[in-house]
Amino acid sequence: MSITSDLIPWHALTGGFVIGIAVTLLLFFEGRIAGISGIVGGLYRLKKGDISWRVAFISGLIVSAVIWRLFFDMPPIQIETNHMMLALAGLLVGYGTRLGSGCTSGHGVCGLSRRSPRSIAATVVFMLTGFAAVYLLRHVLV
Amino acid sequence: MVSFIALIAGIIFGFGIIGSGMVNPALVLAFLDVTGDWDATLLWVMGGAVTVGTIAFMLARKRERSYLGLPMQIPGMAKIDSRLLLGSLLFGIGWGIAGICPGPALVLAGTDNSDALVFLVAMLLGMGIYQIMQDRG
Repeated sequence: MSITSDLIPWHALTGGFVIGIAVTLLLFFEGRIAGISGIVGGLYRLKKGDISWRVAFISGLIVSAVIWRLFFDMPPIQIETNHMMLALAGLLVGYGTRLGSGCTSGHGVCGLSRRSPRSIAATVVFMLTGFAAVYLLRHVLV
Repeated sequence: MVSFIALIAGIIFGFGIIGSGMVNPALVLAFLDVTGDWDATLLWVMGGAVTVGTIAFMLARKRERSYLGLPMQIPGMAKIDSRLLLGSLLFGIGWGIAGICPGPALVLAGTDNSDALVFLVAMLLGMGIYQIMQDRG
């Protein structure tokens, strides 16, 4: 029997659960928040004993796509943004997530899960500016 | 063991990003396009992750150490300050331009998409610029 519904995108919900499981693993075994920008950012100032778990987690993220392809088809990946805008976006995301102490995973997933007022504020702000950027780029500046 | 679990957690996190479709920047941009042809898929991803996360953090609150004996490093409830808001504002703009945030940026590095690498290199540079400015005080 297959479960299909137009109302609920099951792959998205399941993917969300799987992300939650990864968060749980990191929390219960490492005592750490799965905040990706923070895990990467921590490598810019090396501290003894605080390097290998970061490198291992990041390596896991990178090889996940390689392992996925051994068993399943990769979903479509469409990038229509030009290289100059991609570079600008990357700079903003890198600088902004470090200044704001988190991204979609740290503030969005982990922060909302523990009802942190800071993370709720951060998530509202980056969602709103994300909406605004897409609105400007797609509906105003075209 | 600590690194092995971290590696597994990274792989599972990546599977979630891929399986949910969030690895596709076009899907993220469609979610952020609220005045256009809005696609709510990302809301389901967030909902699923936060549901599991809520239970995990509720159970973790009682612990002082992890299963591997490490201290639980859960941030406290500090105040909302201008750094948090300005940083999130800049992040949101970048996210809205490319449809890529740090997790998918790393997952995409494991695919054959070269455009995503431009974003990743710039992101790592942006983090470096932050660090340099931070170190100079």
